[in-house]
Amino acid sequence: MEAKEIYGKLERKFAGKVSGFQGDVMDPNLRVDPQAVVEVCRYLRDEPDLKFEILSDLTGLDLPKENKIQVVYHIYSYSHRHQIVLKVDLPRENPQLSTMEGVWKVANWLEREAFDLFGIVFEGHTDLRRILLPEDWVGHPLRKDYVEQEEYDGISTQRAPLVEKLLR
Amino acid sequence: MGPSHPATHGTIKFDLKLEGEKILDCDVVVGYLHRGFAKMCEQVTWTQVIPYTDRLNYVSPLINNVGYALAVEKLLGVETPARCQFIRVIMSELSRITDHLTCCGMAASELGAITVGFYLIEARELLIRIIEVVTGARLTISYTRIGGVKHDLPPDFAEQVTKAFRKSRQLLADCDRLLSRNRIFIDRMSGLGVLSQETAIAYGLTGPILRSTGVSYDVRKAEPYLVYDQLDFEIPIGTKGDNYDRFICRMLEIEQSMRIVEQALKKIPLGPVSLDDPHVVLPEKEKVYNSIEGLMHHFKIIMEGIQVPAGEVYLAVEGGNGELGFYIVSNGGGKPYRVRVRPPCFIAMSAFREMIKGSMIADIIPTFGMINMIGGECDR
Repeated sequence: MEAKEIYGKLERKFAGKVSGFQGDVMDPNLRVDPQAVVEVCRYLRDEPDLKFEILSDLTGLDLPKENKIQVVYHIYSYSHRHQIVLKVDLPRENPQLSTMEGVWKVANWLEREAFDLFGIVFEGHTDLRRILLPEDWVGHPLRKDYVEQEEYDGISTQRAPLVEKLLR
Repeated sequence: MGPSHPATHGTIKFDLKLEGEKILDCDVVVGYLHRGFAKMCEQVTWTQVIPYTDRLNYVSPLINNVGYALAVEKLLGVETPARCQFIRVIMSELSRITDHLTCCGMAASELGAITVGFYLIEARELLIRIIEVVTGARLTISYTRIGGVKHDLPPDFAEQVTKAFRKSRQLLADCDRLLSRNRIFIDRMSGLGVLSQETAIAYGLTGPILRSTGVSYDVRKAEPYLVYDQLDFEIPIGTKGDNYDRFICRMLEIEQSMRIVEQALKKIPLGPVSLDDPHVVLPEKEKVYNSIEGLMHHFKIIMEGIQVPAGEVYLAVEGGNGELGFYIVSNGGGKPYRVRVRPPCFIAMSAFREMIKGSMIADIIPTFGMINMIGGECDR
């Protein structure tokens, strides 16, 4: 099914909760209301002529200029070989979203990663811990305004330029 | 178990909850090799990202190179010449073979079949030598460029490949005789790490693990990129979704990849290996030293980077372990705004708990071996 038809179908079913369809870009995408994202995704997975069985990728995108963080879902259907991108806009301070674990199990680790690197809190997640960084790390590195802590566990994270070292 | 257990090829830790030797629950701890790939990519130009992609799946680095280059080219709206596309296919398939050989060889030697381990590593060595002849390096190769490849294949490439494949096929046949009907090997592999088709799909698994459950999904067939649609190959699938099926899938895929390389070598056209666009590809040294335009183009690409128009793209290629996706965002300019990799083995590791629950401690080794977790890709 074409991305435009998919959007049309969603718009009829969830009036006012999906918007901002962009069809003339490389990966057609649409915006979903943060409150409705789980029910929209469940519908996308279960509806026989949509059947998006697989969440290919879930990640964050920090947009400080617009003061928002986007959660980006790339979904794909094995049965119909079509794909679409869903985007959810969240505020940069305290971004919160319902977990997608109940729809696609793969979301468990992908959401943990998004939490780790962007600080997006997924409500209802069964095991929301950091995954790539240690538990006691400070900050979320993939935010554009992230400043690395000066030392971790007593080890400096900074390194003096090699030239200075040689001159000394 | 871990983080540095001799049977775990990467650095990874399993927090196990046991009852005797039976595994009640397993928590997988990853991240020991995290080095901030995505953050590093945001600091450098588009071209400088290529060496970082080598270090993702370092068992098949060419596929990562190709995937990244394809994604940026799609964003730029350019297409590489036919010869370059064939070279990329050939090199990707050689890489896929080395990936599968490493996975199967290591998994077999961990189960006691150390001869098979040596045989398969020997076959891998033959292919890595060819890769070295072409790219100048064994693992960290950085062979592709945005808009082309570093340089053309050497003149006697086809002969070298034919020779290496002849020897590899002998070695594979030997291994097949040693393993495929070997009682000990089958007992340790068969019926373990089982995933049903529904679970595999819910966990977003791809590659040999998904195909072993009977789903015929391969990015090369489903969404053909490069010239895969001009080549004839099959996708081996399993039925039971256990470790033995995964092993057989990988072994059969090696044969299919060899077929692809042989066909591509017959079909490969002559011509340039890089785009003729000075805004994307570095000019030849001859031009840089002798003409002002050449020097300016060189300077622009090195200092400012390739100017990629604003936009975003998700492009997947079939890596050794499954769908390797690159989600790239540009806001116009010489540096990426965001580079995200969808790592196939990170996602496979998230299903590990499901595979291993209720098995014995010793079953971790074949199950983990057949996932073929590569730390560089899993932890980025």
